[in-house]
Amino acid sequence: MSSSNQKSYVPYHSPYDPCPPIGKKYYSTPPNLYMGFQPYNLPQYSPKEALQKGTLWPAFYDYYENPYERRR
Amino acid sequence: MPSTLPEEFYQWMEELQAVDFVLVELTLYLDTHPQDQSAVQQFNQFAKQRKQIKRAIESKYGPLQQYGNSYSGMPWNWSDGPWPWQV
Amino acid sequence: MWVYEKKLQYPVKVTSCNPTLAKYLIEQYGGADGELAAALRYLNQRYTIPDKVIGLLTDIGTEEFAHLEMIATMIYKLTKDATPEQLKAAGIADHYVNHDSALFYHNAAGVPFTASYIAAKGDPIADLYEDIAAEEKARATYQWIINMSDDPDLNDSLRFLREREIIHSQRFREAVEILKEERDRKIFF
Repeated sequence: MSSSNQKSYVPYHSPYDPCPPIGKKYYSTPPNLYMGFQPYNLPQYSPKEALQKGTLWPAFYDYYENPYERRR
Repeated sequence: MPSTLPEEFYQWMEELQAVDFVLVELTLYLDTHPQDQSAVQQFNQFAKQRKQIKRAIESKYGPLQQYGNSYSGMPWNWSDGPWPWQV
Repeated sequence: MWVYEKKLQYPVKVTSCNPTLAKYLIEQYGGADGELAAALRYLNQRYTIPDKVIGLLTDIGTEEFAHLEMIATMIYKLTKDATPEQLKAAGIADHYVNHDSALFYHNAAGVPFTASYIAAKGDPIADLYEDIAAEEKARATYQWIINMSDDPDLNDSLRFLREREIIHSQRFREAVEILKEERDRKIFF
């Protein structure tokens, strides 16, 4: 899954670096970085879904999987 | 508790975990939003619901909490396994 | 005081018998950005912070103990039936010779837990920024563990814990705003 909550950059690769370049390095920028003070009455998940997702509010949900796995 | 738990136990537990999770989320939210009236209402409603689920689980599987927050069976059944990390 | 409940916060399932994963998970048990450090950090800061955010520190600190129990459950399940041979093959022979399969508060590299992981400056802003950083570091640790793990059920629980770090960070950010602006004194929406 590629979401806007994941950013990447390409580290400089020297001809003298011993390993082949990794390509992109990834980092997360989850929704809490953008929310500010949470407004009242945000839409909610059902209790079961909230438990499964780890948050009551879809606005904070940020699924994570190994980004290097996906690349291969 | 019986040594092997029936599937029903896991369903009850997940029921409680789901309701309790809403309560955890609302607790942290209300800690920073103490004036949100509808969130307070929802919190109290879920608090009531969790009491009912707790009672239903305890009637079949023994006490969930200690120090008098749950009733004991006879004999004392708090120490009966399995424990949460074992199930 | 605290009251224990015989229940995990989230159902922990582990599919594969892969004790090597326990070696990584112990980072979140006794590591610098682990759940123990988090719980102790917040519960300790409560005593020297404005009243308005004591409730939040108490509640997040308490939730961290529930997360500690989840991590312990994962490690317990991954190692309880492993023979010394299997533990050796999994790279945890050095843990075994000291502790058998007992849990111990150390990090993935075997460094024992230390109180210096727990910052307490006594300045509310400095401490809350520390807490925000701690949550982001714990989130990152969960990412690195997920990257190392191929157990789908275990990763499901780890994703839950990672998401909790996001929410905790959010609440600590709000706590900073409350101290900055005396927010939520009145209805402002």
